[in-house]
Amino acid sequence: MTATIVPPPQQDLTPLPTKVARKLGSPVGRAIVWFLAAAWTVPTMGLFISSFRPEEDIKTTGWWTWIKEPTNVTFENYTNVLQDKVRGLPFSDFFWNTVRIAIPSAVIPIVIAAFAAYAFSWMKFKGRDLLFVLVVGLMVVPLQMCLIPLLQFFGGDYFPDLLEGTTTVWIAHAIFGMPLAIFLLKNFIGSLPSEVIEAARVDGASHLTIFTKLVLPLSVPALASLGIFQFLWVWNDLLVAKVFGGSAENQPMTYALVDMVGNKGNEWQLLTAGAFVTMVVPLIVFLSLQRFFVRGLLAGSVKG
Amino acid sequence: MSTLRLVNLQKRYENGFEAVPGLDLEIHDGEFLVLVGPSGCGKSTVLRMVAGLEDITGGDLLIDDVVVNGMGPQQRDIAMVFQSYALYPNMTVADNIAFAMKLRKTDKEEIKAKVAEVAELLELTAVLDRKPGQLSGGQRQRVAMGRAIVRNPKLFLMDEPLSNLDAKLRVQTRGEISKLQRRLGVTTMYVTHDQIEAMTMGDRVAVLRRGVLMQCASPAELYQSPQNLFVGQFIGSPSMNVVRGSVGNGDGDDLTVSIGSQLITLTGEAAHRLEGLRDYIGRDIAIGIRSEALGDDGTASINVEVDLVEMLGSELLVHCTIDAPAVRAIDSGVEISDQPESSIVASLDPRNPVKVGDRLQLTVDTLRMHAFDLESGDAIGRS
Repeated sequence: MTATIVPPPQQDLTPLPTKVARKLGSPVGRAIVWFLAAAWTVPTMGLFISSFRPEEDIKTTGWWTWIKEPTNVTFENYTNVLQDKVRGLPFSDFFWNTVRIAIPSAVIPIVIAAFAAYAFSWMKFKGRDLLFVLVVGLMVVPLQMCLIPLLQFFGGDYFPDLLEGTTTVWIAHAIFGMPLAIFLLKNFIGSLPSEVIEAARVDGASHLTIFTKLVLPLSVPALASLGIFQFLWVWNDLLVAKVFGGSAENQPMTYALVDMVGNKGNEWQLLTAGAFVTMVVPLIVFLSLQRFFVRGLLAGSVKG
Repeated sequence: MSTLRLVNLQKRYENGFEAVPGLDLEIHDGEFLVLVGPSGCGKSTVLRMVAGLEDITGGDLLIDDVVVNGMGPQQRDIAMVFQSYALYPNMTVADNIAFAMKLRKTDKEEIKAKVAEVAELLELTAVLDRKPGQLSGGQRQRVAMGRAIVRNPKLFLMDEPLSNLDAKLRVQTRGEISKLQRRLGVTTMYVTHDQIEAMTMGDRVAVLRRGVLMQCASPAELYQSPQNLFVGQFIGSPSMNVVRGSVGNGDGDDLTVSIGSQLITLTGEAAHRLEGLRDYIGRDIAIGIRSEALGDDGTASINVEVDLVEMLGSELLVHCTIDAPAVRAIDSGVEISDQPESSIVASLDPRNPVKVGDRLQLTVDTLRMHAFDLESGDAIGRS
């Protein structure tokens, strides 16, 4: 009864249930969607426009006045904010800190989760299902609850050298991201056709070969979407970095922004530009990869 | 060149379901053995145990007289063709075929030559650079075959490899696989639910029901002398007509079988063939007559009424009503229908001017009649 295998799985985009599609297509539905989209976009637009207005304009009139007279545009805010010192460090340093934190913090948990998801799907061992339930159950544990135990763990005698620095932040992010990553990847990897895996075993492939040669290439959509997901989440994080990152030279942009709000709370031109600098990477990532984003998550959870 | 031996092979699942209670089977060197049975009869389970994809609960599995129970599929040196073909979707056809050899660290030049040779043999040369998703069903099937034959395994295992092809292609590929197997001489175990595939391809055919071997014999023997009602009805199309009848004594050495209100006399060789019936005198049995044993020549005859006429070109299938209940092999044994009448099929010469509603006298070739015990379903033959 098994259907012919026609992956790559990324080709079957699960259509929306027709009922939902029909409701969204009605005039009322459309109006609601438009309203929601506007409500979400307007503040960002205000921020965006403000970041390009000269200081005196921002302080005297609202950003919407610019729409009527779109003449006064300046890039000074951006050059100023990137050179601005926060705790003695230029803002641009914090940008690179965020990059330094976000990329490994997105890659590490997903690589580990991919291995785990393979094991949970295709390797037989005692207590496999129980272990999986336990791992997935960890999703309900709030991040905040783990901060103190984790700090004690890192601060104890085990990793004295690791406490200060981005490595700790990587590990913390990896730990917090893993349950969801394992859950989603296991759904995806577990739904790969079993006969393909079996064929590889009969052909003489070890688990590692099957994982690297077959499962990883076939899981690219799921891995990509999860990667984006985790990257965005880490990029916007403040709490984990502040708790585990230590001193200012290891802190991300969010830290610098908060600091600016505290020290230069009335310098709107700097804050808006700074906020936009933090947003620009997630925006690019999301807009360029959004097809992956939606499709991969759907493929993992809806299929099978 | 290898042999495969199953000694009391058992499979019981964790939920207690006994898929294979104990199977003994031997496949000779270079033989093409077909495992056939209705769906859920355990044939795929047996194949998967041989492949090492399913744990063996009990008994022994021997390849070349070596017990391989504990070995993983990697170590058994077998090749398997799956029902869904199970091609690696991310690899090209050439990589699919070469995969097993690459894993064995075969020399690159040798791999290239081998792949080219197999592609040539299976007419895949033009599509070697394509991905499986871009191939037609028939091509995918051939890639799956190519992947199996490229590395000269000890055993070929095939799990319904033709069931995803359309009817015409299936017939064609059936012949090609048979020829290929004969040419390569690799011991093969082939699983199918299609008795026509089983009959046309197998050197020997093993019929399974609920994990139990009902009969293992050459196709001709299976057809002509089924050892039980299940095999009799499973093999052959149209299926064997089986109705309830009762045995009686005739003149001298003759035997009589009454089917409903009609009497068939078995004389001479026919009576001798079904010698075992003498133990059943005065009792009911199941009488099996294949459609081609009903028709124009024979020593006895029955009167029937025609319900339906099917013209197949080479033969005319005439469905008629007879006043005896039908007997059917079911999963747990034998079932006698509670309808007093049943339908039987006769295969006649297509030039016969038979119409629906006709009363017809069908001759019965008593030399090709079968008799089965109503309890056990076992064939009654020479005692």
